[in-house]
Amino acid sequence: MRIEVSVRTTLRSKAREFRLDVEFTCQDDVSVMFGASGSGKSATLRAIAGLEHPDSGRIVVDGRVLFDSARGIDVPARMRSVGYVFQDYALFPHLTVEENVALPVNPWWRRRPARDVAKRVRDLLDIFEIGNLSQSYPWQISGGQRQRVGLARTLIRKPAILLLDEPFAALDPLLRIRMRQELLNTQWLFKVPMLVITHDPQDVAALAENLVVLRRGRVERTVDLKGPPYRDEKGIPVRGVIRQLLMETSVESNGTQEQLPLRAVR
Amino acid sequence: MTSIEVMLPLLLTLKVACWATLFATAFGVLVAYAIARLRFPGRDWLDAAMTLPMVMPPTVLGYYILVLVGRRGPIGSWLDAAFGITLIFTWQGAVIASTLVAFPLVYKAAATAFEGVDQQFEQAARVLGKSEWAVFLRVTLPLAWRGILAGSMLGFARALGEFGATLMVAGNIPGRTQTLSIAIYDAVEAGRDEVANFLVIVTSVVCITILVASGKLLKPRYAG
Repeated sequence: MRIEVSVRTTLRSKAREFRLDVEFTCQDDVSVMFGASGSGKSATLRAIAGLEHPDSGRIVVDGRVLFDSARGIDVPARMRSVGYVFQDYALFPHLTVEENVALPVNPWWRRRPARDVAKRVRDLLDIFEIGNLSQSYPWQISGGQRQRVGLARTLIRKPAILLLDEPFAALDPLLRIRMRQELLNTQWLFKVPMLVITHDPQDVAALAENLVVLRRGRVERTVDLKGPPYRDEKGIPVRGVIRQLLMETSVESNGTQEQLPLRAVR
Repeated sequence: MTSIEVMLPLLLTLKVACWATLFATAFGVLVAYAIARLRFPGRDWLDAAMTLPMVMPPTVLGYYILVLVGRRGPIGSWLDAAFGITLIFTWQGAVIASTLVAFPLVYKAAATAFEGVDQQFEQAARVLGKSEWAVFLRVTLPLAWRGILAGSMLGFARALGEFGATLMVAGNIPGRTQTLSIAIYDAVEAGRDEVANFLVIVTSVVCITILVASGKLLKPRYAG
């Protein structure tokens, strides 16, 4: 499993213009894109999912070309088979947990899970230990439960890759530690490669096998955290090295000004 | 006061208002969705044009309809030649007039409702593999339907009370095109106060009920 991303685009708000020029490849189970807010990691992730259309570049996931400006290829988001978990999970507020998870595989004329869908939904909810919540609405369940629903809803289609936008930002710090472990369990269970974006060094330390550091719309460096120098004898990433790396970046990024929301230029 | 002189305008008005609400809702939702989700040149002008019937005098509106679908109008003469249909001085003509005055109420409410739907939900559905039609039907519409329904109810109330444009297009033929408000006008003119009183009270009660119901629909739902 290999992801090739090269994206160039200009984002513009009233106050400033932002050039995104990002290029990286990764082929690990869990890759983390790290950067301060406004470094362009969200825009990059949205481009991979097909929610933004870059000016130029090329995106290949597992040998399948999703975007190639040179050849005029821009696969619509719904046909990319890319899972995307939004920062606040974007669960549909008018649908129950069960209906949320069923939606991707349900025919368009049905709200309740179709018969063949219902069993898949039930099994998936059981794996995430939220089977008892199937009739609850998103606003009735906790943040950690919402994340599980978001993951289940994405995984029911068996996506080629899972993109996660700041998956732990909406959770309180204690819960984060548990949900990171859960996410790794999910990765192991479903064998789906993940690309996580975050501005939290703890996420990098806990998850990353491969690290892409973004700064001001460019890739500052990529670090292989699987290789021998960064792993101890048990195969666990050495935290000291990562922490040192991230100290540097966070000191630098603290100098950037308050960022304004950006919108793609049409 | 005979029951026939009360019931005929009541039933006719109900029929006209129902059809008008149906058409106004169908077109209103369509146009509102396009305006709320698409970016195209002239969007502001289209929005203004669609809202126009709300501020224009109904008689002006009625005149426009006459010019367009009258026997010598471009649409009217075509209808006459192709199907032998005349809309002027028929209840179908009243439906056209009522549709037009009800349209902006539905359209405005639907546009506000669509704009209130967080586009992240639509994007989420797209990334989950849903077609644009499925996104609209399973996500956008269910999140906006309360606003749309509230708008339709206002449109229905407006269609019930339509007077000016209807009078110009459909005239005042008792039993055929004489709607509620025209019957009230007629009754007052003729000094039949008991008929006027009865129709006025019925109209008031229906309109107040609709306003209360649509107000309830517009209260925020998914808060907290």
